[in-house]
Amino acid sequence: MSGAGSSPGGGVRPDVARPEGVRDRWKTPGGLAFRRQFTDRLASGFSYAATTVSVLALASIVWTLLSRGLPGLTLLTFTHMTASPGQEGGLANAIAGSLFQTAAAIALGAPLGLMCGIYLADYGQGKLASTVRFVSDMLLSAPSILIGLFVYQTIVAPIGHFSGFAGAIALAILALPIVVRTTEDMLRLVPVSMREAGIALGASKWRVILFICLRAAKTGVMTGILLAVARVAGETAPLLFTSLGNSGWSFSPAEPMASLPVTIYQYAGSAFTDWAQMAWTGALLITLGVLAINILVRTGFGRNGT
Amino acid sequence: MTDSPASAEVQPPVQETRSGEASSGRSSSAGDTVFRAAVLVCGVSVLLLLGGIILVMMAGSVKAFSTFGFAFLSSSAWNPVTQHYGALAPVVGTLLTSLIGLVIAVPLAFGTAFWLTQLASSRIAGVVGMTVQLLAAVPSIIFGMWGFSLIVPFIARYVQPALLHSVGGVPVIGALVKGGFYGTGIMTGGIILAIMVTPFVTAVMRDVFISAPPVLKESAFGLGATRWEVMRHVILPWSRQAVIGSVVLGMGRAMGETMAVTFVIGNASRLSWSLFAPGNTIASLIALEFPESPAGSLKLSALMALGTILMVLSFLALCASRFLTGARPVARRK
Repeated sequence: MSGAGSSPGGGVRPDVARPEGVRDRWKTPGGLAFRRQFTDRLASGFSYAATTVSVLALASIVWTLLSRGLPGLTLLTFTHMTASPGQEGGLANAIAGSLFQTAAAIALGAPLGLMCGIYLADYGQGKLASTVRFVSDMLLSAPSILIGLFVYQTIVAPIGHFSGFAGAIALAILALPIVVRTTEDMLRLVPVSMREAGIALGASKWRVILFICLRAAKTGVMTGILLAVARVAGETAPLLFTSLGNSGWSFSPAEPMASLPVTIYQYAGSAFTDWAQMAWTGALLITLGVLAINILVRTGFGRNGT
Repeated sequence: MTDSPASAEVQPPVQETRSGEASSGRSSSAGDTVFRAAVLVCGVSVLLLLGGIILVMMAGSVKAFSTFGFAFLSSSAWNPVTQHYGALAPVVGTLLTSLIGLVIAVPLAFGTAFWLTQLASSRIAGVVGMTVQLLAAVPSIIFGMWGFSLIVPFIARYVQPALLHSVGGVPVIGALVKGGFYGTGIMTGGIILAIMVTPFVTAVMRDVFISAPPVLKESAFGLGATRWEVMRHVILPWSRQAVIGSVVLGMGRAMGETMAVTFVIGNASRLSWSLFAPGNTIASLIALEFPESPAGSLKLSALMALGTILMVLSFLALCASRFLTGARPVARRK
């Protein structure tokens, strides 16, 4: 089997063609055919097992969440805010806080990401563009806790207190690179002929981009934004440093604000059974929400998003 | 490059010909100029954002580095009472958990990608592939809770006692498994990370395997090669670089993971030979110690310094993976 990998395709394995002379021996157990088949079966078996493990992991997570979270899921969860142990409490303020911060993050991050994606797809040929592309990928893979520290140092520390607004900014920074990347990829898929048709009609470039290309790439771009929502909604680490959490209602974005992930984090290790129960219920809610968005995105529209 | 439609048709349907590019140069209406400027500002703001993050992290960590110097990197102390901080224990913990995670995740991801691309029928592969990708969408804190309630007791009750019983007496390996049966520790963190990273590595591997030229695969099959032999001797050599790149990318992800690890790592800032002893990672230490670090304190600066180290590590991983996978893991032809 020497040199099989070096020459692409050609002459892969001389030993396959050779066994003319040893016709009987190579088929016997322990022979070449047997060994090759055995290795193949072994590899296939292993790959079946690996796939099963990956799928089982998800099944186990969903099952754990359902079995522990469902008992605590009542109407109170959505109508009452978090309470001290022993009292009837819900997650209403945490849910509202999560919704607000996620929405604000997308409102901040998505337009910026969209414009940046347009820049990369339609003006992105020079060195500057490839730098922007690389930096956006860096942001995409930057640990979310660093983003939290950054927003803490630049917004929370100078102002002097935690705020829901700071949380939204941290989440926006996390959402930004996702939108940038999907927007660029989707715009690049728009056929050149479509752009040319627009230009031939005398439309200026910005009209072509906004009203032809972006419209053609609409589903893909929406997919990116929804994936960003799903990613951002479950983020905990950056919110610990920025919006901190709040046991009551917070209507002002300038105050500390509760959010589902942070509430889960605070309650998960609690010795009080009703708090621990609340953590599981919250975990169930957020996971179902995030998974639902993902399933919707991956099956509903755009056969196979990015 | 002219912008006549005829010449564009000759070109392959790759977006190399940007006919709009040439025309905008000539008919530079006011709208185009404004739009171009707006879009450029957005692009540059991303640069400024990352620059800002790097600057802020560095500025925040100056105090710690100037107080401890290079001893910060080599000291394993973390003592808020004596105001003595060192990065060694969390850095080692971060690298070790990520490494364990990868050692488990890479075979898993490879097996899954092999199954998805070579063995499964395309319809089933679509469903299973999506399921695996859903695993990547689960928020990290959920992995933490799941790991803490399922994996931790399992390790404490079965895995570690069994290991201690069987290989506890062996000189080197014995030291790796000794210690109390907490269930939390470096090993548990690694296992959780493995499950979290597997879908990412699987996705890249699957894309690369799919993009292997069919001619190569078909000629190997034509010569009578088994599926495994095609994988091993045709697809893998062809996609080796990209596969390594995906693994490094997974490493970068694992290193920055915070919430999941915080739940299961045990949070003890000391170095231990045992893989089952409670440990720490950079991210989990920051998440835990941050609430007790007032602004401007030496402790906060030490945490920022840890963050800077984490940033450098993850950027190195990204650069390495980009270098290996090429500009971007787009489907390559030829």
